[in-house]
Amino acid sequence: MGDLVTLSSNSLYLAFILYLLATFFFAGTIRDKRSEGSKTFSSKIAITLTIIGFASQIFYFITRWIVSGHAPVSNLFEYTTFFGMMLVFAFIIIYFIYRLNILGLFALPVALLIIAYASMFPTEISPLVPSLKSHWLYIHVTTVSLGQAILAVSFVAGLIYLIKEIDQSKKSKKTTWLEIIIYSIFTTLGFIIISSTFNAMDYSVTFEFPYDDQVSTVDYHLPPIAGPSGATLVSDNDVSPLFEAPGWMQGVNAARKFNTILWSVIAGLGLYVIARVVLRKRVGAAIQPLLSKVNRDLLDEVSYRAVAIGFPIFTLGGLIFAMIWAQQAWDRFWGWDPKEVWALITFFFYAAFLHLRLSRGWHGERSAWLAVGGFAIIMFNLIAVNLIIAGLHSYA
Amino acid sequence: MKKIVCDSCGHQNPEGTVLCQQCGKPIDQNQYIDGNENSKLINMRYEGSARRSKTHNKSIVDKTWNFFSSVKIGIWLISITIIASAVGTIFPQEMYIPPNVSASEHYRDQYGILGQIYYQLGFHNLYSSWWYMILIALIGISITIASIDRVVPLYKALNMQKPKRHESFLKRQRLFSSTEQVSEDDKQKAITTLKSIRYKVTEEDGHVLAEKGRFSRWGPYINHIGLIIFLLGCLFRFIPFMYIDEYVWVREGETVLIPGTEGLYYIENKDFILETYGDSPEDERFKEALQKQGGMVAKNYQTDAVIYKNTNPSALGLDPELEKFKEDSIRVNHPIKFDDFALYQSSYQQNEFESMSFKLHRTDDPEEESLGSFSVNLANPENEYILDNGTRVVIDQYFPDYYLDDGEPRSKSKYPRNPAYVFLVYPPGQDDYEISFAGIGRNVDPTGNNEFKLGLQDFEVRDVTGLSVRRDYTLPIISLGGLIFMIGVVQGMYWQHRRIWLHPKNNGLWIAAHTNKNWFGIKRDIEKVINDTNIKMVMDQEEDQNNYQPEEQTK
Repeated sequence: MGDLVTLSSNSLYLAFILYLLATFFFAGTIRDKRSEGSKTFSSKIAITLTIIGFASQIFYFITRWIVSGHAPVSNLFEYTTFFGMMLVFAFIIIYFIYRLNILGLFALPVALLIIAYASMFPTEISPLVPSLKSHWLYIHVTTVSLGQAILAVSFVAGLIYLIKEIDQSKKSKKTTWLEIIIYSIFTTLGFIIISSTFNAMDYSVTFEFPYDDQVSTVDYHLPPIAGPSGATLVSDNDVSPLFEAPGWMQGVNAARKFNTILWSVIAGLGLYVIARVVLRKRVGAAIQPLLSKVNRDLLDEVSYRAVAIGFPIFTLGGLIFAMIWAQQAWDRFWGWDPKEVWALITFFFYAAFLHLRLSRGWHGERSAWLAVGGFAIIMFNLIAVNLIIAGLHSYA
Repeated sequence: MKKIVCDSCGHQNPEGTVLCQQCGKPIDQNQYIDGNENSKLINMRYEGSARRSKTHNKSIVDKTWNFFSSVKIGIWLISITIIASAVGTIFPQEMYIPPNVSASEHYRDQYGILGQIYYQLGFHNLYSSWWYMILIALIGISITIASIDRVVPLYKALNMQKPKRHESFLKRQRLFSSTEQVSEDDKQKAITTLKSIRYKVTEEDGHVLAEKGRFSRWGPYINHIGLIIFLLGCLFRFIPFMYIDEYVWVREGETVLIPGTEGLYYIENKDFILETYGDSPEDERFKEALQKQGGMVAKNYQTDAVIYKNTNPSALGLDPELEKFKEDSIRVNHPIKFDDFALYQSSYQQNEFESMSFKLHRTDDPEEESLGSFSVNLANPENEYILDNGTRVVIDQYFPDYYLDDGEPRSKSKYPRNPAYVFLVYPPGQDDYEISFAGIGRNVDPTGNNEFKLGLQDFEVRDVTGLSVRRDYTLPIISLGGLIFMIGVVQGMYWQHRRIWLHPKNNGLWIAAHTNKNWFGIKRDIEKVINDTNIKMVMDQEEDQNNYQPEEQTK
């Protein structure tokens, strides 16, 4: 059994490395003189590496399923990794429809970030609580994830569209928003770098603090900027928090989560400032010239098509299958749990997207902004609802 | 109703028509409706058909109709619903706060001033508030009216279209090309290709209409019907007959009436089972995770139950005659179902006291030799017990779920989870009594000079299972709505309505094409069609328009 676990996690590493390599080869297609969409040597290698990486990740998935005895989509690490895998899968599908190389250059790094982000959470194989013990676990979760992944491809195409099209000759509201989007990607990267650095150092500080009329302990794996209120140091490090986390934050781990968010924001800011200093212009403005050859109508088409394909799948998995399962497990098909509500919000948002596009002619740039907004909602549901607004779905 | 006669083909169109139903020629006076006046291309939505919402605007009915048929209004309603729904997740809804606290205090204590405002605005029950339900209802009305407004004229327009189209219609399509010289062979070749890629081809005087996937145009209307059925299903839950929502607690060994079944069904709890991870060898793989999580991780909640049917229900439950109806185990994700009812494993209480026995002995007896004993049945405690030696023990006060509240003994609930008693002990033949307080692990003599003492001798515990009882006749309706919605949405999203017109012009040929989505796909189709002929590839006239504008903006 132990060997299979190692084999499983190694094939996930392999997939990660292959996606990274594929990204470089997709980058190689930018310089190509020929028009976008042609099958160059570089693009053939890139897509082949992507497919091998995907196969490797499938292998990770199957072996982990065998070991744990249930579909490995039951905690935050497993689900987020699976989401990354589905994103690659969705990219492969869309790639074979449109042969758009530039999509790979942006979609694969997003998938890489998602998988790396996932591995910051506990990776042990964990048991299933009774409510998750159902075939609907994999039916519901895989469908939702595939739907969200295809919608994420729409975001990727929309983002490329915006970087390509927004007028960078002067600072505007649009350039600022675009930089905010780029900065939030840097924040994710910052979180991954900071977490894995301190993780490698085995950094740990333990505090005791009063919570709910009891004394609780909390382990920090990042140096405490914000500590729990009324905390005393238990471990033998010589650190003290700069300040206490605000009292209105709920939950026994609220202060630690807040501390992690602070670190991510700061690390993201650091990365962003470095990027600005090196590039000497807005990050969007620096990427823009690389996209000059890309056909923006094709980007718009891809972004829209991804919504057209992803929306029904998301609805099926995230609302209909979810309702069937909820009826079976919790005796009601709908309970206004935060995760459910945010799935409904996602549904409403993309429904509005489609109506704006079909009936009100929101094409091109406006449609691209909406695609980005939709992805922000999906990410909010995946990250914030699990970590901040706890509910029935909080696995972590 | 007034008709507009097309000056090209003579077809009689209903008032408000933008593009002639037969030949597509733009009807001059109505071009403003779809905003075609100043654009090179014509807007093809709803085929330029005459919608009621664009032609009537006088009476209050017209105005209401026009309001709800507007997609813009629909999108506003959706946007407001999105914001409202998000607000409802800022703090937990009332149903998710601990059951034994008062909401007014809970929100203030837990979330401060913001929590109090949240509570006072009624956001703690946001999704069942009147205004949220009205929002959803408005969306439902909007969907209904907007669909009716469009589907009928659209159906007529698509049904009446002729292969021969007016030239101004063709030239103003997004995809268009004109070739000066095209041989009849090339044209036939194109038609053959169209047929081979499954276009439905109709001809009229050499004019060709090739059409594919028209049924996808009905997708939006079908999914809207699905949504309306879904919403109606939800509405039906307010009819008591349609939806029964009850709850029952059953102790092990007990048989009780299932509420909501009108005396017809009873349930016996044979055994309640709670399993946790870590006991069986196959749980070894979870060792690391279990260590990290510390406490117990539940593996299974199960009630082994027997359902009985009352064959004498007329006696109003007074004299039930029970007949075994079904035996099964109820687990999470595995409800027991009988006669449209379903029982779900919902909650439990372990180790509730079933009985407690006490013995009486002299306070100063180190051997605690029994002078007599009695047993209290907690489901049905008696007022007094006579011991073998003639001692009377009276239960003065009984606390099923004892705790001390500022020195005062109280009961947290009515369930015997931590029973305690104030006993009055009357020695044989006496009218004076001694007060004795006894419970689990405690035995208090309030005066300190009691002659006799009551000691807990033994107790029995049992588990209680909490089951929710449902009978929901709205589920089939809601499921049907969901199914129809999915069919409609897939039909509309995964197929496209593509049309290609071949229009002979002198010795040459015009091609025009339209699709409701996926322009990339129809261009590929046309590439196949003109392959090996000298027909020119279509130009994307919208792309030309677009590509022109930014140049202007940047300079």
